[in-house]
Amino acid sequence: MNTPLNKLPIQAVINGEPKMFLAAPGQILADVLRDELELIGTKIGCNTGDCGACSVLVNDRLVCSCLVLAAEVEGQSVQTIEGIADGAVLHPVQQKLLEHGGLQCGICTPGVVVAAKALLDSNPNPTEEQARYWLAGNLCRCTGYDKIIHAVLDAAKVIREGAAS
Amino acid sequence: MAIQEFIAPKSLTEAQSVIARGGDAACLAGGTDLLVGIRLGMRDPNRVIDLKHIPELTALEVGTDQLFIGAAASAYDILHNSEIASLCPGLADALDLIGSTQIQGRCSAGGNLCNASPAADSIPALIANAAVCRILGNSGERMLPVEEFLVGPGQNALNDDELLVQLILPKPAPGTSDTYLRLTPRTEMDIAVAGTGISITLDTAGVCTAARVAIGAVAPTALLVEAAGQALIGSKLEDNAVAGAVAAARAAASPISDKRGTAEYRTHVVGVLVKRAIQRAQARINAGAKA
Repeated sequence: MNTPLNKLPIQAVINGEPKMFLAAPGQILADVLRDELELIGTKIGCNTGDCGACSVLVNDRLVCSCLVLAAEVEGQSVQTIEGIADGAVLHPVQQKLLEHGGLQCGICTPGVVVAAKALLDSNPNPTEEQARYWLAGNLCRCTGYDKIIHAVLDAAKVIREGAAS
Repeated sequence: MAIQEFIAPKSLTEAQSVIARGGDAACLAGGTDLLVGIRLGMRDPNRVIDLKHIPELTALEVGTDQLFIGAAASAYDILHNSEIASLCPGLADALDLIGSTQIQGRCSAGGNLCNASPAADSIPALIANAAVCRILGNSGERMLPVEEFLVGPGQNALNDDELLVQLILPKPAPGTSDTYLRLTPRTEMDIAVAGTGISITLDTAGVCTAARVAIGAVAPTALLVEAAGQALIGSKLEDNAVAGAVAAARAAASPISDKRGTAEYRTHVVGVLVKRAIQRAQARINAGAKA
């Protein structure tokens, strides 16, 4: 029963750009991203915070956008899968997922990329165990996870080498 | 969702006046229980009060004698507060077992407590640490130990006009360490079959001078088992003292049988966890003494 009358004007920085949008008080961030801002790279899987497909960064913090109300991001920064690549240049996580075949159907992939980027931003040299625990909230029914983990560890290496050179 | 209003008060006073308006309001911290509850049709508030803009509810402070954990502070923030995580490694263990990285980015110790799941991971750890709830209501403030805050499965002691502001923990004395252990079929993203939070203090001769043992997922609420702590105090944690604590924990357990385990299994397992948790806390204290 959310009529436009009770919609709230929200200002937030989305992928580096200041944006203003209207959100119903009970509308979740994932729906606003997809339906109002047309950022449909963010996928909705379970809608209950179990699968991680809708992972985004709010103020650099990894969260499920299905468990955030859009009204909560007033004045905050949101980074989605659309903000991960540098123009046409893929982020190392994206590039390595391609090279390792770390995706099949692709529904979990945007969430995996955002989550893995968040890991490597905070820890560019994770152990395999750390990477597996960090990504435990990103369910993938296709790959069996090994290729994803190998891609993330390989991307970490690329990032470390980039930082060293 | 039928949420008609979203309010983000910036002070305790403002929050109190919003809560005093009554109606079908829900307080929002990390939302990892509330928003799921709404999605599943178990909750249907028409007003949501976001608590994360109230400084007292998000602040983490280490004082001279006490630790202050804002009720809405996220698990991530607590885990990345090196002072709190090193003073209370067991509490950190518990928070690090809740859900995924994404969930930990949002979920709060205060929310875990208010949600009052019998299997909540952080609650036995809070009880072991003798945490006290700072509660604000129309008639002022009151303090309530965590074990008394829990009323039943999903039920807490807050009145309609009240708000959980902070969790206040005594700063652990020298020679103290805490541990939280749980059993789950999987290593992560799972709910405890049984859990235990313990805190012990050893003097320089290795004699236990203080001990608190809490158990989770084996009763309608997490419980403080005073007899288990008493079994350890005065001992050097010899086998018979540990066996006394294990027996006391099993005697206090009154679990249900469900898909996660039978009552008999849970009762057995909680004893095993208590024994291992004591050993782990002892090892932590000894490692700290050598360092």
